[in-house]
Amino acid sequence: MSLIEFHRVGFQIGPKVILRELNLTVEAGETLVLLGRSGSGKTTALRLINGMLFPTSGQVVVSERPTTEWDAVALKRSIGYVIQESGLFPHFTVGRNVGLQPELAGWPKEKIGERVRTLLRTVSLDPDEFLARYPRQLSGGQRQRVGVARALAADPGILLFDEPFGALDPVTRLDLQREFPRLVTELGKTAVFVTHDVREAMKLGTRIALLEAGCLVFAGTPGEFQMCGHPEARAFQEVFRDAG
Amino acid sequence: MPDNVVDYDVLRDILEEGLPLLGEHLALVITAMVIAAAIAIPLGILVAHTRRWRALATGIAGIGQTIPSLALFGFLIPLPLIGGIGAHTAIVALVLYAVLPILRNTITGIQGVDPAVRDSAVAMGMTRAQMLRLVELPLAAPVILSGLRIATVATIGTATIAAAIGAGGLGVFIFRGIASVDKWQILAGAIPSALLALCADAGIGWLEKRCASS
Ligand SMILES: Nc1ncnc2c1ncn2[C@@H]1O[C@H](COP(=O)(O)OP(=O)(O)OP(=O)(O)O)[C@@H](O)[C@H]1O
Ligand SMILES: [Mg+2]
Repeated sequence: MSLIEFHRVGFQIGPKVILRELNLTVEAGETLVLLGRSGSGKTTALRLINGMLFPTSGQVVVSERPTTEWDAVALKRSIGYVIQESGLFPHFTVGRNVGLQPELAGWPKEKIGERVRTLLRTVSLDPDEFLARYPRQLSGGQRQRVGVARALAADPGILLFDEPFGALDPVTRLDLQREFPRLVTELGKTAVFVTHDVREAMKLGTRIALLEAGCLVFAGTPGEFQMCGHPEARAFQEVFRDAG
Repeated sequence: MPDNVVDYDVLRDILEEGLPLLGEHLALVITAMVIAAAIAIPLGILVAHTRRWRALATGIAGIGQTIPSLALFGFLIPLPLIGGIGAHTAIVALVLYAVLPILRNTITGIQGVDPAVRDSAVAMGMTRAQMLRLVELPLAAPVILSGLRIATVATIGTATIAAAIGAGGLGVFIFRGIASVDKWQILAGAIPSALLALCADAGIGWLEKRCASS
């Protein structure tokens, strides 16, 4: 049974069609990369999974239940979300940022504290050094680590990443890209990862789904992606080869 | 008696009369500000996310601002319930003036919350109320306070005109001074009023900075 299923999903805002007839499944434990150019609908597709948006036609099914039938809060708590520039709360310390969701869920204080320390260690940050800092006192890479820790807080089975490494310098980016698969597999998470960077897609994805102007034009393993003859896939393959 | 020599009797009289007037002035300003904030901040929160409501609210709040203050006091006198001679009429007028800057800043502050921060709050499963309490209000607080500061400073000045409709306050000195061409009386109204405004500016400004840096 697939963990996430898109069944003929359409999404439009007024007359503007943003996603069309999207069929896609994500199996437990895999990392699906949603690849596509800017404006192809990746973020929209991602937000349909955690109920930040709902399809205007078709359904998105998460853990065998359509998102429209989920309790909105329960659905979001079972799915972690990490975005570019992390979206950390600038007025909260790292500790409060990471512990906020458990706090909202009513966990006891000591348990939250313990959880936060564990999570910071998981993302290779020393709790004693970082707990009391504010987001503005962190580097971009550290902020993304905290963002990941925060997304893991309520121990969700699914993690959504929207170009999480997009704003980082190439070296930090490579560091995080190296750590990422280890983190996801060790913790046994299922991930959907949005990027427009084909190299990142090839590196991180157990499967790649290619979006072009709101339509899914390819879904398969990185190996299959390299063989795909679709013009949009070829355009990305070319970038990949050029980059070496 | 030469005009520029301080007459200590006059000074004592001014002080004796001045303290109660200062008290009245403060009461006018504080009451007006509390009411204005109680209207403008919730209203700002309600309309901040909808463009049409935003325009409507600031439009209506803006009408009061266009009327010269002395005229506004005059207009209010003949009105039933909210009008008449006395402090309550003055408070209505002061509230009308103070609402706009607070409303505007509340809207600006809430709209100024980084969309990425808002998105992560939504994705975390925060309810509307949690979003407001934990994210929007704390982040908008410095901007809202700055609106309160601007409105308070202006209200302290405008409240001197309230004396014209029998609402008391430091304006009593100023109007009497003008009528009797007595500069000491005018100064006795103007200086405390100016000092009050400076204190309010500094005090709320300090709060603003504290909020912004936390
Ligand atoms: N709220 C909205 N109102 C109108 N159009 C929107 C809205 N949100 C997204 N769109 C449009 O939908 C299309 C897909 O947007 P989306 O953000 O999903 O793209 P994306 O693939 O994530 O792009 P990027 O790589 O730039 O983040 C774009 O053309 C965008 O302009
Ligand atoms: Mg996007």
